[in-house]
Amino acid sequence: MTGFAAGTAVRVRDDWPETRGPVHIRTPHYLRGMRGEVVRPLGAFPNPEDLAFARTAPVIPLYHVRFDQPSIWGEGRSGDEVVVEIFEHWLEPV
Amino acid sequence: MNLLETDSAALLAAVRRVLIAKGVLTDAEIADRIAKTEQASPALGARMVAKGWLEPDYRALLLEDGTKAAETLGIMIRGAPPLGVLENTPLVHNLVVCTLCSCYPRAVLGYPPFWFKSAAYRARAVRDPRGVLAEWGTLLPDNVRVRVVDSTADYRWMVLPQRPAGTEGWDEAQLAAIVREGDMIGVTVPDGARLREKTLYPER
Repeated sequence: MTGFAAGTAVRVRDDWPETRGPVHIRTPHYLRGMRGEVVRPLGAFPNPEDLAFARTAPVIPLYHVRFDQPSIWGEGRSGDEVVVEIFEHWLEPV
Repeated sequence: MNLLETDSAALLAAVRRVLIAKGVLTDAEIADRIAKTEQASPALGARMVAKGWLEPDYRALLLEDGTKAAETLGIMIRGAPPLGVLENTPLVHNLVVCTLCSCYPRAVLGYPPFWFKSAAYRARAVRDPRGVLAEWGTLLPDNVRVRVVDSTADYRWMVLPQRPAGTEGWDEAQLAAIVREGDMIGVTVPDGARLREKTLYPER
């Protein structure tokens, strides 16, 4: 695990595992491929993608990540933001 | 039969029977969890908010570790997901949603209101938060940023609203009485004048 510090620019992986079979994903569709900034680390938790299928779940760091709200939807008020919990394996440094 | 079209009460009963038959859960554990959930209500969160308004040290604890702040008041969080507290300021207004399902800080707010679980709220809060707020009668000054917090994983989030003007000198119980469920989700903000309408909310 690399570990992202607060303020790190990140991108959510543009991956769609749901197209490859049954999954349980906690990364919302609307953020796939989006750029954001780490607000702060939130600790580490067993990966829900494994827990949901009763598999052994590795403990993975979780981050609060901030995204520019109008950039996501192409509408909205400049300066508004969306803050979301994202697991580390869904994030890549920009 | 399509699982998604199954009668939900029948599905719940069937899943419950299977979990008990497999020894994953017992009837007593399920009853205990239901009892704990039913004990919780927005009055717990309101008490935390009121104490946070009165005591700077408690406010700091709320923002640093919501779970610990709840447990300080005897609200048991153990076994529930960690609690995060989001502070409204003169420049930032927080709005909580769970777009993926209906994650909610049940330990401090009780059962979520029906609309929190609706597809309409979940879709619109994240895309048109200002439109949603306006429908609740929550009009923010132009210089206030909206921060939508989408509860997607292991935390549960509640909002620490701003203490309204006109509440100077109030004690904790008086302050707690004006804090509603919606204020701690972020669709509304507390209003000092609401104390006059307290008969509308006799349970607080």
